[in-house]
Amino acid sequence: MATLNLRNLVKRFGDVAVIHGISFDIDDGEFVVFVGPSGCGKSTLLRMICGLESITSGEVLIDGDVVNDVPSARRGLALVFQSYALYPHMTVYQNMAFGLENLGTPKAEITARVSEAARMLQLEAFLQRKPTALSGGQRQRVAIGRAIVREPKVFLFDEPLSNLDAELRVGMRGEIAGLHRRLKTTMIYVTHDQVEAMTMADKIVVLRAGRVEQVGAPLDLYNHPANQFVAGFIGSPRMNFLAGKAAIMGGSIGVDVPGVGVIMTHASADGVAPGAAMSVGIRPEHVLGGRAGWNTVTGEVASVEQLGGMSYIRLAGPDMTAQLPGQTRLGFGDTAEMNLPPDALHVFDAEGISLPRSWTGAAPAELRQTA
Amino acid sequence: MANIAKMLTATRGRGRWDWTDWASYGYLILGVCIMFGPVLWLAASSLKSESGLSEYPPSLLPTEQVRVSVPGYASPLPLFTIDAGERAGKQLAEIRRIGIQAQMVDPADPKAVIRVPVDGRTKVMRVHAAWDNYTDLIAKFNFGRYLWNTVFITTIATVLTLLVNSMAAFALSKYRFSGRDAVFLIMLATLMIPPTIVLVPNYLIIATLGLTSNPWGVIWPAVATPTGVFMLRQYMLTLPDDLIEAARMDNASEWRIYWRIVLPLSAPALAVLAIFSVMWRWNEFLWPMVVLSRSESFTLQLALNSFQGELTTAWNYLLAMTVLTLLPVTVVFLVLQKYITQGIASAGVK
Repeated sequence: MATLNLRNLVKRFGDVAVIHGISFDIDDGEFVVFVGPSGCGKSTLLRMICGLESITSGEVLIDGDVVNDVPSARRGLALVFQSYALYPHMTVYQNMAFGLENLGTPKAEITARVSEAARMLQLEAFLQRKPTALSGGQRQRVAIGRAIVREPKVFLFDEPLSNLDAELRVGMRGEIAGLHRRLKTTMIYVTHDQVEAMTMADKIVVLRAGRVEQVGAPLDLYNHPANQFVAGFIGSPRMNFLAGKAAIMGGSIGVDVPGVGVIMTHASADGVAPGAAMSVGIRPEHVLGGRAGWNTVTGEVASVEQLGGMSYIRLAGPDMTAQLPGQTRLGFGDTAEMNLPPDALHVFDAEGISLPRSWTGAAPAELRQTA
Repeated sequence: MANIAKMLTATRGRGRWDWTDWASYGYLILGVCIMFGPVLWLAASSLKSESGLSEYPPSLLPTEQVRVSVPGYASPLPLFTIDAGERAGKQLAEIRRIGIQAQMVDPADPKAVIRVPVDGRTKVMRVHAAWDNYTDLIAKFNFGRYLWNTVFITTIATVLTLLVNSMAAFALSKYRFSGRDAVFLIMLATLMIPPTIVLVPNYLIIATLGLTSNPWGVIWPAVATPTGVFMLRQYMLTLPDDLIEAARMDNASEWRIYWRIVLPLSAPALAVLAIFSVMWRWNEFLWPMVVLSRSESFTLQLALNSFQGELTTAWNYLLAMTVLTLLPVTVVFLVLQKYITQGIASAGVK
C-alpha cells in the first residue's frame, strides 16, 4: 500500500539525456501502465524507480519519503523482469525463498508465504523443479511469485509478457489483472503493447523519447488524446491522419485536404489563422461507409481484409483505413465512398497538439456507449 | 558395455565398411598410438627390474635375464643357453667375461670352469613384473610424505586460486568502476612475462616473509593467475545482469550475490580452471625446487628429480614414481571433464 511521486526526474548517460524531467503521481492501489515505443525510456524510468539505475536529478518519493539514496532492496518494491531472471540453479521453491532468506525471515514463515504464493499462482506441483523444466507461462508465474512473497509496497513489471506467445499473453494479462484485484497493491507495468495498456490500466502514462506525452485513464486517452502522437499510438488499427490547411467555417475549423476537399470538424476556430497547417484524424472504427451530406471521401480500394464480423478497407489516395461492420462486396480497385462524421474527428495543429472542440459534446465513442 | 561396443564399431553407412571408415579408424588408431603409446611404454617399463631396463633390444613386457645361485659364488649368476658345440642346449651360468671369451659354470657341476665364446650363447629370459619397484618406493623412500606435501600444496593452492580468481573476475565483469579496463589489461599483460624472470623477485619476497622450505611459500605466489581471471571473467560476462539485479532486489548482499548466484552459475568455468590449476600445481617443478630446500618438504616432482643423480639414475624407481605421479591428475581430469561441456547458466533466462 503506497503512493509514488516522481518530481522532475532526469537521467543522463554521459551527455545523452534519456529522461527529460518527468513528473507525475501514482495513487495507492493504482494499476499504472507506462507505454511507449521502444527506446522511449519507459524501462529506464522503471529502473530509476526501483533503484537499479541512478537518478541524475529530480526525486522519487515512496509514501512521501524521498528514496533517491535508498538501496533498491530497502525501497519495498518488487520487480518482475522481462527475462524473468530466475536463478537457474535453484528450484522454484528456492527461487521464491531466496529474498526472504536474505531478510532473515524465520523458516516457518518462509514456508508459509511461499506455499501461499504457490497456491495463488497454481505452482504447488512445481515447487521442487528447476526453472529449465518449466514452460514460459510457468516461469512467468514463478517470477511473479518471487515478487509476491516479499509483500512489497509496489509491484513493478518490466514487459513481463513479451516472451510469451499470443494466447498465453491474453491469459497472463487476466491473471495479473486478477492479482491486482486481490492484492490491491500499487502496480506499475511497462509495456510497448497498447492493447495491454488499454485492458489492464487504471491509468496510462504515454512516453515518447524520455518525455511524458499524456497521463490519463485508458478511455480518456482514447477519446481525448492530447496530441497526434498519443492519438496514433493508442487504438488499433491506428488513427488515420489527413494533412491540410485550416479554413474557418463559422466557429469551427474546416480542414482543406488536397484531393479531398474541405472536411468539416467541430474543433473550435478560436485563435486559428486561416491557411495554417492542420491535420485531421479519425479512427478507422469511426469511419462510416457510403455517402452523406458532407465530409465524403472517395477513393480507390487498395486492399480489403474480411474478418467475417467486420471488414477493413484501405483506400489509396487519400491513404486511410476504415473498419466497417459486417461483410463487404468491395474489392481491389473498386471506387469506395466513405463518410467522416464531424463529431468523430480530431484536429491537430502544426505542432501536433490537439485542438479543443467548439461544442462540449461527448466524443463519438462515448455516444455509442450510451446508445 | 553395449554402448562402448556400438561406438567402437560404428560405421558411416549401414553396416558396410566405406573407405572413409577405414581412413578414420586408421587415423584414430594412429592418434591413440602416438598419444597413448609413450604412457603405455612408461607403465610397462615401470614394472621392469633394473637389469631388465638395460636389456637390448628393449621389450614391451617386463622381462629380465634369469639368474641362478651357484654354490661357491657370492651373488646369483646370469644364465645362458649354449647354441652350438658339444654343450649345445645346455644352460650355463656366467662367472665373468674376458674379451670374446666368457668363463662359465654348470650350476649342476659348480667345480669345473668352462670357457665359451660370447657369440655362441643366448640369454635365458623370463617375464617378471618387478612390483618391488613400487613397494620399495613406499617402504624405502619417504613416498607418503612427498605425496602428502604435493596433495596439500595442490589442493590448497587450487581452492585459493578458484576463490581469489573468481572474486577478481566477478568484480571485473559485473561492476562498473573507473580504471576497470586498465586493471584488467595490466593483469593480462603479466601473461607476457615468463615466470623465470620473476623467479628471483618472488624468491626474495618469500625469503623476506620467512616462507622458504614451507609449503605456503609455494602456494601464495601461485594463487593469483591472470589466465584464471581472464577465463572466469569471460565466462561471467555471459551471465545475465538481470540475475544479479534480481538478487539485489531480493536483498542479497554483494557477497551473497557472489557466493549464491555467481559462483554456482560459473561452475563449468570453475571446473576447467580447477583442472588447470591441479595440473599446474601438481606438475610444478622449478618454483618448488627454488623454495623447498629440505627433503622432508619436497613435492613428488622434486623427489622424482632426486632419483636422477649426477652419476647414477635409479631408472626403475624413477619410472614407478612417474606412474604414481601421473595417476591423481588423470583421475581429477576424468571426474571433472563432464563439467567442461556442461553449460547451466543460460537455462533459466528465457
